[in-house]
Amino acid sequence: MVDGTEVSGGRMSVTVQSLPGAIPKGSLVETNLAGRLRLATDERSWVKALLITSTLVFLTLVLFVPLAAIFAEALRKGVAVYFASFTDAHALSAIRLTLLVAIICVPLNLVFGLAASWAIAKFQFPGKSMLITLIDLPFAVSPVISGLIFVLLFGLRGWLGPWLDSYHIQIIFAVPGVILATLFVTFPFVAREVIPLMQEQGSDEELAAVSLGASGWQTFWRVTLPNVKWALLYGVILCNARAMGEFGAVNVVSGHVRGKTNTLPLHVEILYNEYNFAAAFAVASLLALLALITLALKSAVEWRVRREFEQALEPPT
Amino acid sequence: MAFPRTKNSVLPGFGLTMGYTVLYLSLIVLLPLGALVIKSATLGWAGFWAAAWNTRVVASYKLTFGTSLIAATINAVFGLMVAWTLVRYTLPGKKFIDALIDLPFALPTAVSGIALTAVYAKNGWIGQYLDAIGIKAAFSPLGIVIALTFIGLPFVVRTLQPAIEEIDRESEEAAASLGATRWQTFWRVIFPSVLPALLTGFALSFARALGEYGSVVFISGNMPMKTEIASLLIITKLEQYDYAGATAIATMMLAASFVILFAINAVQWWTARKYRGVA
Repeated sequence: MVDGTEVSGGRMSVTVQSLPGAIPKGSLVETNLAGRLRLATDERSWVKALLITSTLVFLTLVLFVPLAAIFAEALRKGVAVYFASFTDAHALSAIRLTLLVAIICVPLNLVFGLAASWAIAKFQFPGKSMLITLIDLPFAVSPVISGLIFVLLFGLRGWLGPWLDSYHIQIIFAVPGVILATLFVTFPFVAREVIPLMQEQGSDEELAAVSLGASGWQTFWRVTLPNVKWALLYGVILCNARAMGEFGAVNVVSGHVRGKTNTLPLHVEILYNEYNFAAAFAVASLLALLALITLALKSAVEWRVRREFEQALEPPT
Repeated sequence: MAFPRTKNSVLPGFGLTMGYTVLYLSLIVLLPLGALVIKSATLGWAGFWAAAWNTRVVASYKLTFGTSLIAATINAVFGLMVAWTLVRYTLPGKKFIDALIDLPFALPTAVSGIALTAVYAKNGWIGQYLDAIGIKAAFSPLGIVIALTFIGLPFVVRTLQPAIEEIDRESEEAAASLGATRWQTFWRVIFPSVLPALLTGFALSFARALGEYGSVVFISGNMPMKTEIASLLIITKLEQYDYAGATAIATMMLAASFVILFAINAVQWWTARKYRGVA
């Protein structure tokens, strides 16, 4: 890669100038206290050590300790209590609802993401950048407000609430509200990963396929989809993590009906507010595990994409 | 630009995909958000201000903006350090640390909230030492700052990493060969080139902090006028079926986050123009 050649270029100047004796100040190399050569574009070793130490201390205080605390608190009362927290009927129903919400929201936003990317990347139309901005809009809306807007629409004192109530349809403080709020907060995830990639790839390959007689669907399944599969997977991983973990928006619309409208994060909150800390942290550890798996998958996809990219850059041998 | 020129495209599916995109976008995003705008419009000017600007609400704005600003500043300073360390230095377990930076994105906010509370409470792992020197971390504005720092960190680090990777090492070498100390090179060469990314990361972290709810409610203590953030006040109003009050506060907060996003776009536009001017 380009970076590598520059660095080795820098090293070359070391070999040229690394003659023993006085090296004038301001040259590209200096000797440090240990008598070892230091590139002028490197920090002094104590600066470097200070930066690395501060970074590790900061990350430990803010990230690592809280993460470890989840599992420590969860296991504080022993393994039996830990596993009992999951077999509790309310915990099981929270797990079921969380899975149900993800199973509905992820595919819906996946289909939307693909449709939006196809329309935006393969065709020219006025208002395109406006549309992309609107798709990103839910990211700019805070979780609580994302829940609030559905209460204003469907709540008993909202616009459609009384009318829906006359047909005995309940959305707020019921499962549909939880699903709608989750759909809103996870809306952009797939689209914002796939749109830029499809735009970058252009439509030459699709045009070739169509001109060779492929139908629209064949082109999509055999050409477009394989080209964007990693970005798609990346979007789905992030979308799923948020769908299963959303708290603020769901908190507003759910009503916390135990065994009915409680998702896992809401179940954590209830247990915690009842001072049932061991169970709260046990359920939290399940969500933390999900987050760690998400990060691992995400890193794996990133690594895979980088490798494919580097392979594509290498000249054929 | 790599925009495909497909005006009279032979590719099929524009009507279907465009129609579905607009329909789904309208149903899930535009219609509900429209409800908020219309609701706040029906409040009337006087009613809106009474709900959006009374003492308790203003206290929550001050707290929310103040703690968010402090947290974003901490993240800007330490985020730059973390990003620099991760890009430039080799250390054991770097890939693992790098992946964990995204933890605040992936961890449900309620989980972050109870974890931070457990650690920073009076008897917690870190809280006990802070308590010994007379610092109350959890259930005080400091606790809110800690939660918002946690939540905002990845925004700064992830925005800065590519910017640091893209720094032209040759310009650093040039500065050094012209006699600049490393410190001068940092301030005059490196810092200006990462400044736009730093500002963007700061603003993203600030915007996220303004609307944050889950990680804050557990650690803040939620005392009206003291540790009650705006998001919590919206929920309190909703629980009292005070839709008007909740809507007014939400409109103010939403306006604030749009202003910040506009500022981020302005920074990026300004950077793009500057670089075009140089090239």
